[in-house]
Amino acid sequence: MTSPHPFASIFGILIGALIVAGGLIWVERRLLALWQDRYGPNRVGPFGLMQVTADMVKIFFKEDWVPPFADKTVFILAPAVIVVTVLLSFAMIPVAPGIVVSNLDVGLLFILAMSSLGLYSVVLAGWASDNKYSLLGALRAAAQMLSYEVFMGLSLMGVVLLAGSFNLARIVEAQRRLWFVVPQFLGFLLFLIAGMAETRRLPFDLPEAESELIAGYHAEYSGMKFGLFFVGEYLGVTLISALIALLFFGGWMGPVLPPVVWFLVKMFFFISFFILVRAALPRPRFDQLMSLGWKVMLPLALANLLVTGAVVLAEGY
Amino acid sequence: MLAILRTLWSVFLHAFHKRVTVQYPGERSRIPPRWRGRIILSRDPDGGERCVACYLCAVACPVDCIALQSAEDETGRRYPEFFRINFSRCIFCGFCEEACPTYAIQLTPDFEMGEYDRQKLVYEKEDLLIDGTGKYPGYNYWRVAGVSIGGKDKGQAENEAPPVDVHSLLP
Repeated sequence: MTSPHPFASIFGILIGALIVAGGLIWVERRLLALWQDRYGPNRVGPFGLMQVTADMVKIFFKEDWVPPFADKTVFILAPAVIVVTVLLSFAMIPVAPGIVVSNLDVGLLFILAMSSLGLYSVVLAGWASDNKYSLLGALRAAAQMLSYEVFMGLSLMGVVLLAGSFNLARIVEAQRRLWFVVPQFLGFLLFLIAGMAETRRLPFDLPEAESELIAGYHAEYSGMKFGLFFVGEYLGVTLISALIALLFFGGWMGPVLPPVVWFLVKMFFFISFFILVRAALPRPRFDQLMSLGWKVMLPLALANLLVTGAVVLAEGY
Repeated sequence: MLAILRTLWSVFLHAFHKRVTVQYPGERSRIPPRWRGRIILSRDPDGGERCVACYLCAVACPVDCIALQSAEDETGRRYPEFFRINFSRCIFCGFCEEACPTYAIQLTPDFEMGEYDRQKLVYEKEDLLIDGTGKYPGYNYWRVAGVSIGGKDKGQAENEAPPVDVHSLLP
């Protein structure tokens, strides 16, 4: 099953994802302001929407500086990697029935693989910057991603067991009777936390940790290279939110409204939740982060997988 | 875990709180009358300059942003020949106002002095002088001081007794 208009899907999803990621700059600032009793950017254009454009123009005109001590090739390549890997993951996302770039049978596995590859961007950026803070950030990122990726994959296996497929469209179809958030509530929680850690969002932003590592792996970056890291981060948030909507909340399914709208509504709900978490929670210490990952999350994910497997076996699917 | 959920909820509730931001150019907060803003030089109720060019403000100024030159007119009344405040240095501490013996120099509730050219922040006497009396409406230094100037001799000031004639033998 491929989509009827492949080019329309490709450009629609590519441009849509980039617009959402760019718009998130504004959305995040407005929402953070909302929860901190401020207004946020509200001057440029209606509701401050043109702030994104203003920021883009500004960042394009910034000096694009490569430090003389940096490893030039890797330094320039690293920011592209994160955007490319996340955009590749978006190729697997079915926005509505038939609107998908590539309906792979191992779609979910592909996304997990791509999010692991995205880690290279961070590690290489930290390494190529030749700066101790960047390197520390990259080290933390490597450790964090390794530990959280393990149970990120495991937490999704329950969903895969219930749907009987790695294909995202088929997983959504399997939720026609009941959203997977109900039988897989634990899996949902684990994936939510792992997703936050994967996108390096605030409670788990130890790789950049402004207050301790100045900016971690992107301390040496400026101009559009820095911008790419940001676009990559927002794309990651969008991707994880889209995945949560697809895997646990029935994707495009819902009454009355067209499927694309339902998908976007669910996705934006989780994007807002990510921002709320950023507004509310402080950053843990690194050892707390690691022990949470290995001592709590991993056993829970394994137990979830075992129980789900047993139930599926007992019901004789 | 419960604490985290409660935190999330209480932060979410802030969406319905009153904003603390004052949207400045459109909406202005009330500035108290004693606010220390743009510095002015005031005048007597009858229109003369209050400043007697005593240099106390320039001495009190911790950043040395006040420069002036004293002069004396034909009636014996002292006044500043020039009076210059460099507002790019001024820290609006108000020490000049406290030092001033004649209430001439005063700070006003105005802070909107932004300029694109730094040189424009150097205010000369004609920029500083206002036509009114500022915060002390009735006060007229030369009318209460025991100094003789043209048109007012010793003993003619308010509440001043006529000078004692030291050459007279009468008690």
